[in-house]
Amino acid sequence: MTDPGSSAIELGEVQRRLWLLKIGVVIVVGLLVLRLWQLQVRDGPHYQHLSQHNRTRSIVLHPARGLIYDRNGFLLANSVPSFNVYVELSDVRNRERLFQKLEDLLALDARELNKKILTHGRTRVKLKAGLSLREAAIVESHRLDLPGVVVHPEYQRNYPQGSSAAHVIGYIGEMSEEQLGQEKFHGLVQGSMIGQYGVERMYDRALRGQAGRKLIEVDALGHEKRTIFVEKPQAGNDVYLTLDFRLQKLAEDVLGDEAGAIVALDPQTGETLALASQPGFDPNALSHGLPVEEWNVLLQDPRHPLTNRAIQGQYPPGSIFKIIMAGAVLGTRAIDPTERIRCGGGFRFGKRTFRDWKANGHGNVDLHAAMMHSCDVYFYRLGHRLGIETIATHAKRFGLGQRTGVDLPSEVTGIVPSPEWKQQTQGEAWYPGETISVSIGQGFVTVTPLQMANVIAAVGNHGRVYTPHVVRGVRQREHGMIQEWNPARGHAVQLVQPQGLRRIRTALAAVVAEGTGRRARSSLVGIAGKTGTAQVVGLREKSEDDTPKKFRDHAWFVAYAPLARPRIAVAVLVEHMGQGGAVAAPLAKQLIEAYLSDPSNVERMAPSSSALHSRAWQEGEAVHG
Amino acid sequence: MDEPWKRSRGLDGFDWGFLGVICALVSIGVLTIASGTAGKAGQFPIYAKQAVWVGVGSLAFLAMSTIDYHKLAFASYLLYGLGLLLLVVVMFGGKSTRGAQRWIALGPVAMQPSEFVKIPLLLVLATYYATQPRHGWWYRVIVPGFIMLPGFFLILKQPDLGNSLSFLAIYVTLLLAVGVKSKTLGLVFLSALMMFPFVWGELWGSLHDYQKERIISFVDPGYDPGGKGYQALQSRIAVGSGELLGKGFHGNTQTQFKFLPDSHTDFIFAVYAEEWGFLGTVPLIGLFLALLLLGLDIAANAKDLLGTLLAVGVVGMMTFNMVVNIGMTIGLAPVVGIPLPLLSYGGSTTVMTMAALGLLLSVRKGRLTSWS
Repeated sequence: MTDPGSSAIELGEVQRRLWLLKIGVVIVVGLLVLRLWQLQVRDGPHYQHLSQHNRTRSIVLHPARGLIYDRNGFLLANSVPSFNVYVELSDVRNRERLFQKLEDLLALDARELNKKILTHGRTRVKLKAGLSLREAAIVESHRLDLPGVVVHPEYQRNYPQGSSAAHVIGYIGEMSEEQLGQEKFHGLVQGSMIGQYGVERMYDRALRGQAGRKLIEVDALGHEKRTIFVEKPQAGNDVYLTLDFRLQKLAEDVLGDEAGAIVALDPQTGETLALASQPGFDPNALSHGLPVEEWNVLLQDPRHPLTNRAIQGQYPPGSIFKIIMAGAVLGTRAIDPTERIRCGGGFRFGKRTFRDWKANGHGNVDLHAAMMHSCDVYFYRLGHRLGIETIATHAKRFGLGQRTGVDLPSEVTGIVPSPEWKQQTQGEAWYPGETISVSIGQGFVTVTPLQMANVIAAVGNHGRVYTPHVVRGVRQREHGMIQEWNPARGHAVQLVQPQGLRRIRTALAAVVAEGTGRRARSSLVGIAGKTGTAQVVGLREKSEDDTPKKFRDHAWFVAYAPLARPRIAVAVLVEHMGQGGAVAAPLAKQLIEAYLSDPSNVERMAPSSSALHSRAWQEGEAVHG
Repeated sequence: MDEPWKRSRGLDGFDWGFLGVICALVSIGVLTIASGTAGKAGQFPIYAKQAVWVGVGSLAFLAMSTIDYHKLAFASYLLYGLGLLLLVVVMFGGKSTRGAQRWIALGPVAMQPSEFVKIPLLLVLATYYATQPRHGWWYRVIVPGFIMLPGFFLILKQPDLGNSLSFLAIYVTLLLAVGVKSKTLGLVFLSALMMFPFVWGELWGSLHDYQKERIISFVDPGYDPGGKGYQALQSRIAVGSGELLGKGFHGNTQTQFKFLPDSHTDFIFAVYAEEWGFLGTVPLIGLFLALLLLGLDIAANAKDLLGTLLAVGVVGMMTFNMVVNIGMTIGLAPVVGIPLPLLSYGGSTTVMTMAALGLLLSVRKGRLTSWS
């Protein structure tokens, strides 16, 4: 201000200079209008023509999903080429006529097609997947009558083993509207096929690959004339399961038509060698898009084929719960395991008598004998002495009442009842009599077959509980290296009493050698196990044969082998088939023998880091004792 | 002039005009989004979301117009620092979409700090020039340049070419407004030219492949490796095929048949132009011109330098965004990804633009009151 020569910023000058900016804005806006006049008025008809004959199409190229193998490289899922027929709506002049034509040629329901197009709201709609060669030829030969209809070769998911291991492998399906909005599916185009169940779902990100894109120029009927640009899709990565398919198949075969589940684990790592659930389903049919009616049939099937019984079936454990009870006994200092308790065939508690399965009782038994003969009265009495809280604590320590963390969707927890639990869920107080039922694995307590396989594996493996898993590794497409995804992770159950777990192991070996599990005795290998018979309805008087099947008992057997350093732990559950010792034990034996007599499995026995681990744990246990 | 206290009570004709233009523009935006996204499935339609954002934006407008801009200027360095901090947060913890890490997730919505930080930048630069004379090219050009650059590079790195350029535009606008001697201007230009070979590699390397392709395909339409010119071509077809009268509301074949991606965000103008033709686009551009000229009028009548510079900055930013966005839609500029102010779908851009317009109104009201 004071010095007119200075270049200080003066308000007046700045404001005077604004008219320049005004002129600038007007000029620039004028240029925009000029250009718009050029585009919309001068060249308008030209662009109008281009827009009416917009002959470029952007097509999504779906990638091939990764392959799924078992642990030995046996193929369980792949992608095979197939023909899908699409319609490009912007090329269709007369929809009614086109649909009529399609109904005549491909037997597609015109009304169904209309609905499909309305619900999709996009211009390129898949009309039918998995066309036969004949149907594809029909469409191609009628292309003049079918403007906008194109046959597009794409991959279709294929499960060469059919319904085998279907619950583990899972199936795929078109991404739903709901999934479209979810963060984990971000970047996927509408119409993408994604894993909806099992490993397909849990490892979808690894398997799905990356979609590509193709820009083409088409003729007046929407058929490809020239490719303008291609961005190739990238196939997904391959997944290796921990399953041994031979064992898996055997597990399914021995179950046969009966509903049930068999789980086999490697106790040293938590790898799942077999995870069978019967009845199963055909993942091929589900992945190719099942009509709604057939879906409903599957969903309403009273045998629940879509349920993975190994991780979603919640069963009373029956006498196999005595393993946990033994753990509770040895986990406190209050009870001497060598104390003999009289079993006279019943335990009177209040007004009620809890019976032993053997009407005239087992005489005087200690923990070892009670386990071996599955004496109920012994555990009734001990359960009463220990109390429900102690039982619940030990059941939880062995992993019951919580998810094992297996890498499969929708695992359930089962129930470890306690007074607190009952108050919360039923709003009622705990009755002492309920503790007596829980002591032999009845009443409120429920478990999944996988949980029990994990329990028996832990007992055989010096208390080490691993997180079971079904995927071993993923082979990256880019460099072909297999990335181990699931290194063994776990924690140890430790019991207070010296030699606690060893006592249980000795008793379990006796169960098979001379107790209720004799039908699992093998001449090839020492097996330790426990039988269980889970009552479906409360105590009843009728004999088994007079009871309708759906009220009959479930047969349980859990086992591990060999005795010294177990390499396989098995849980067998057969629904409504009666006694575990008679029904389930022989199946477990068959599986164990088959697995251990396979030379390729023996090779894996070579000392490895996991062997060292288990030594360390053994010592750890000794120190603790 | 004669009775200012009466006018300061409420809104006069000028203010109503200003508000009317803004209302018209956001309404056109919501309607065009509704038309451009018709047929897209979703629980909550996109145009309704935009309407909600306009509501939020109106609150921001109201807040900014009632607050004394001197108080904002007082806090400007702090605000700008916070803005830069947010950009750093985005860099490390941001949410990425389509290869760019631009958003911070706030519950169900995502915020784009690169939009919001433009207002603090404007405040900082205006405050800087208004508080002291700032003699010489060092204080006039270089120092404010260094204030602007960290934000510029943080946004460029995300990468968000559009917003980083609009950042630069604010700086250049203020520089031109405060006046630079032609010798200084020449010197800056020359040194920029000399730096170019060294900076270019870094700058070009920091761009994503798709951005490079967009720029190359603009310079050389024949070069079309990823079909990126496809977007520009389809957008030109959409605009051109609107012809004089347009195809009518919902009559947009180009955008409805998905020839044109991003039709409700960066290419919203194409949807509008296809529907309403030349007779629709000219009034729309007229509305924008009116808004900009009203803004410059506010700048010219502001009571102090701070007010003038703030108003000029807002106008500069709006002009740049509008011209580049429409320019890229009609093939006059490369596709750099700048939303059209007030029309494009987007929470951050809508709220930020309306807040900036609120600032304009605050400057206008400030001219009638005397501040100590």
